[in-house]
Amino acid sequence: MAAINRDDVAHLAQLAHIEMSADELDRMAGELAVIVDSVKSVSEVAGADVPATSHPIPLTNVLREDVVGHVLTAEQALSGAPDAQGGRFRVPAILEED
Amino acid sequence: MTDATLSFDVAMEKFDPVLGFEVHVELNTATKMFSSAPNVFGDEPNTNVNEVDLGLPGVLPVVNKKAVESSIKIGLALNCKIAESCTFARKHYFYPDTPKNFQTSQYDDPIAYDGFLDVELSDGSTFRVEIERAHMEEDAGKLTHMGGATGRIQGADFSLVDYNRAGVPLVEIVTKPIEGAGSRAPELAKAYVAAVREIVKNLGVSDAKMERGNVRCDANVSLRPYGQEKFGTRSETKNVNSLRAVENAVRFEIQRHAAVLNSGNTIVQETRHWHEDTKSTTSGRPKSDADDYRYFPEPDLLPILATPAWVESLRAELPEPPATRRKRLQADWGYTDLEFRDVVNAGVMDEIEETVAAGATAAVARKWWMGEIARRAKLADVDPVALGVTPAVVVELDALIRSGAINDKLAREVLDGVLAGEGTPAEVVQTRGLAVVSDDGALQSAIDTALAAQPDVADKIRAGKIQAVGAIVGGVMKVTKGQADAGRVRELILKTLGVEA
Amino acid sequence: MTDLIKHSAASLAAKLAAKEVSAVEVTQAHLDRIAAVDGDAEHGVHAFLHVNTEQALAVAADVDTQRARGGSAAADLHQLAGVPIAVKDLIVTIGQPTTAGSRILQGWHSPYDATVVKKLRAARMPILGKTNLDEFAMGSSTEHSAYGPTRNPWDLDRIPGGSGGGSAAAVAAFEAPLALGTDTGGSIRQPGAVTGTVGVKPTYGGVSRYGAIAMASSLDQIGPVSRTVLDSALLHELIGGHDPHDSTSLTDPSTGLVVAARTGNVKGLRIGVVQELGGEGYQAGVLARFNESLDLLRDAGAQIVEVSCPNFVYALGAYYLIMPSEASSNLAKFDGVRFGLRTLPADGAMTIERVMASTRAAGFGDEVKRRIILGTYALSAGYYDAYYGSAQKVRTLIQRDFDAAFTQADVLISPTAPTTAFKLGEKLDDPLAMYLNDVATIPANMAGVPGLSLPGGLADEDGLPVGIQLLAPAREDARLYRVGAVLEEMLEERWGGPILNKAPELIPTQILEAK
Repeated sequence: MAAINRDDVAHLAQLAHIEMSADELDRMAGELAVIVDSVKSVSEVAGADVPATSHPIPLTNVLREDVVGHVLTAEQALSGAPDAQGGRFRVPAILEED
Repeated sequence: MTDATLSFDVAMEKFDPVLGFEVHVELNTATKMFSSAPNVFGDEPNTNVNEVDLGLPGVLPVVNKKAVESSIKIGLALNCKIAESCTFARKHYFYPDTPKNFQTSQYDDPIAYDGFLDVELSDGSTFRVEIERAHMEEDAGKLTHMGGATGRIQGADFSLVDYNRAGVPLVEIVTKPIEGAGSRAPELAKAYVAAVREIVKNLGVSDAKMERGNVRCDANVSLRPYGQEKFGTRSETKNVNSLRAVENAVRFEIQRHAAVLNSGNTIVQETRHWHEDTKSTTSGRPKSDADDYRYFPEPDLLPILATPAWVESLRAELPEPPATRRKRLQADWGYTDLEFRDVVNAGVMDEIEETVAAGATAAVARKWWMGEIARRAKLADVDPVALGVTPAVVVELDALIRSGAINDKLAREVLDGVLAGEGTPAEVVQTRGLAVVSDDGALQSAIDTALAAQPDVADKIRAGKIQAVGAIVGGVMKVTKGQADAGRVRELILKTLGVEA
Repeated sequence: MTDLIKHSAASLAAKLAAKEVSAVEVTQAHLDRIAAVDGDAEHGVHAFLHVNTEQALAVAADVDTQRARGGSAAADLHQLAGVPIAVKDLIVTIGQPTTAGSRILQGWHSPYDATVVKKLRAARMPILGKTNLDEFAMGSSTEHSAYGPTRNPWDLDRIPGGSGGGSAAAVAAFEAPLALGTDTGGSIRQPGAVTGTVGVKPTYGGVSRYGAIAMASSLDQIGPVSRTVLDSALLHELIGGHDPHDSTSLTDPSTGLVVAARTGNVKGLRIGVVQELGGEGYQAGVLARFNESLDLLRDAGAQIVEVSCPNFVYALGAYYLIMPSEASSNLAKFDGVRFGLRTLPADGAMTIERVMASTRAAGFGDEVKRRIILGTYALSAGYYDAYYGSAQKVRTLIQRDFDAAFTQADVLISPTAPTTAFKLGEKLDDPLAMYLNDVATIPANMAGVPGLSLPGGLADEDGLPVGIQLLAPAREDARLYRVGAVLEEMLEERWGGPILNKAPELIPTQILEAK
């Protein structure tokens, strides 16, 4: 498995939407390389015949009847909003000005 | 800037189009896919949400059983296999209309897969579209772009988000690549989406209103030289939200691709946006994380096992498929292909079926729905079904005519009364005093008056020119204000003049 | 009054029922203790991020009124009614801020209650406040809290464990008789071990997660924190049971735990010592106390057997792939759009993408960022199979190890943590060393089985608490209480009382003067 480098971290930070300074990228790359190295062995433990476990206790068909339940008021919904206008959440422009 | 296009005919001469569609169907469940908040269109912003739909810290999803059942029904109606076991997955991308910054969807094990849909084209032929998969997911909230001149995302200063739609259950239906449509590609595109829409409406699982976004289509188009096996690079046109737009968008993209390829350039694989105003597409914003959605199994949800018993009980609930039903009705009614297509296009098939079921003949039902009702609808600029005439009214009018109580002309007047809210046809006949004059004595005096007024016509009839009787009948009808049985009037005139019919 | 805080929850419940004390007196005694010893980010225990004085006293007064009314009103009261409790600040509460120990949620108030909080309210338990934690429960020392560390009541220069250091320290410092914790890789049990308290991670799905801010959904569990095994059982029964808002919630009834704790017995029980959870890397004093406990259990009639779980050695590595993967996804929602912090970029275009990125840069601490980046990496195209996929397979192997071990033993036993509490700052710059604290607790989360940590005595070399961990098969949480109660009784007999009697007195005046 390839080691994780600074460019990888920069790309991952972009995917994860976390702004990082050059110093931070350097530091993070160093720390992550050590961590990734320590977990590498995991990929070599189990053979193809071992199924994956995604839930510790297997359950199936946990379904809800289609009946209306709890609803928030618009005021409650917007109570934690950093910015709101006219009953809606307000966010900065999505596209950059050309 | 508008892209260069090649004429459609030239494009078709040079290139073979391959299509693909992703149709999103919003289910009409009472609640959301993963929360018990109401699934209602058009309410005040952010009033049909709870903490789950807003993705507040600490929330967990729970799957709506009805949504799963509706999805299975869609799969069955599209002739798909239903997965014995399927799971949900998280698809990650940051966007303000997506509350969790991931969409809960399905990835490598959709609930339905490997189906097909036979699409009828206008020339009467059928084109089989192979269905790759139909999977369950959730809708996003609605963004309104503010501050710009156009209301579009470009140039907007800020945006407002309403999460009422967030979490509405969606089924995404994905086709396999559609080859061999040739110049019928735009028509096929429209017909395919129309067929999907008809199916989900017929199933009762969606309101299927495209203008409300209940059915939304992303259209993939690629071109390749004839004879080449490998597909060309495709574009994916989003937001194609009317049947006409689907047809136009596919036609435009074919012409745009053709122009690009014809000039020796290559197509960029990208998302395009359809614009109804300019009837063209523009390049969409490349999403920074579109290349890596980091799918992984949704740990907060468990697998869904569609047992054979469950699937079969849902299959038993399926209504007759629309195409089968149409064939059956046309045969039952004895309409010609043209007559039947007109009925379908006028959107009165259901009404005719009900009218026939209520006792009218198929011919009478068609006469009314495609005649007087259609005429009035056209004048009022509404769909015939929206006019307010019920099958019961048509049946009653027909019965009144057949009993001789009214004639066709009076029936139209009765319809006026019904539409004016004056009651049932019988009540209108009563209150407006529209019954046919059936008293021979009263008719005789009207006939005598009419004959006296036109002695030359009377002479012609006596001389054997029986077709001239119409002029006298007309006179009588005028005097009786149309409230006479024209057939009886004719008989009496001939009798009066001593002529054998 | 002050001696009220030394009572167990069960004892307080009995006194309240007998009307020997009022709920207001009990609640006020704990609020006074908090005021005296909790201090702030720089001084004192700093177990609480928010103290809920008025609401707690109002609930207590209400309980007193109801009890005074007698008849069915009093009879309807839950046995824990009026017994105050602290809630880890990862669990959402109406009427109090919920921060998850993060800047990104500073000042945020939830418009809904977690299911466990609803149950506390229904039982009329006064909620004393919200306890400190490593940011988003990511850590083993509570030093990763954005609001300053919690300090171990045994030695204020040492860590109280993590992530639930606040809940454990609050209970150890007699600021609360009970607390709620969450345990993803040991966040209830490891703080219990290093503070000399009891903590239980229930079977996955045994307690609803609805309203616990998710770190790793397939590993997280809410559980009780207390000073006695019986108290944990009382709280566990209250908060457990099926919740339709949590799809992973089990339908099993939450019963039989208190009875198990009251009728503890180990005669003929097979107790398996997990070979892989001990030996190298474990502090000598920890192993000495552990072996003492084994001797006591053997004396009480238990059969001590050795079991091997060979894949446990991969548990830590697999955990550090699964946990960050799920966390990177669960924490995507913190973006400055719907709630919490929004930070604008210092310069350049003011687009939503950049606002999200600068909000997350300013709102998350280093450990959270590390795990998000690691998780993003493990889930990214091209690495999924090698990382997340492989880790899930290891999970299967760990489950198989447990299955095999539980054919040879009724419960398993190990030290809870390899060491006693280390000094604040000691491992802060070494993430790997920090992660090793959870090596013995992680396997239970990976397999979903229940685990309990109880005090095993003090290590000879530093005089600090050592934790003993018991593990049982899924849905057999009662076994933990049956064995735990017996071991606790034997140990306390040997010590001449609860281990916390040996803790140094926290001197309020020193804390206040230091402030």
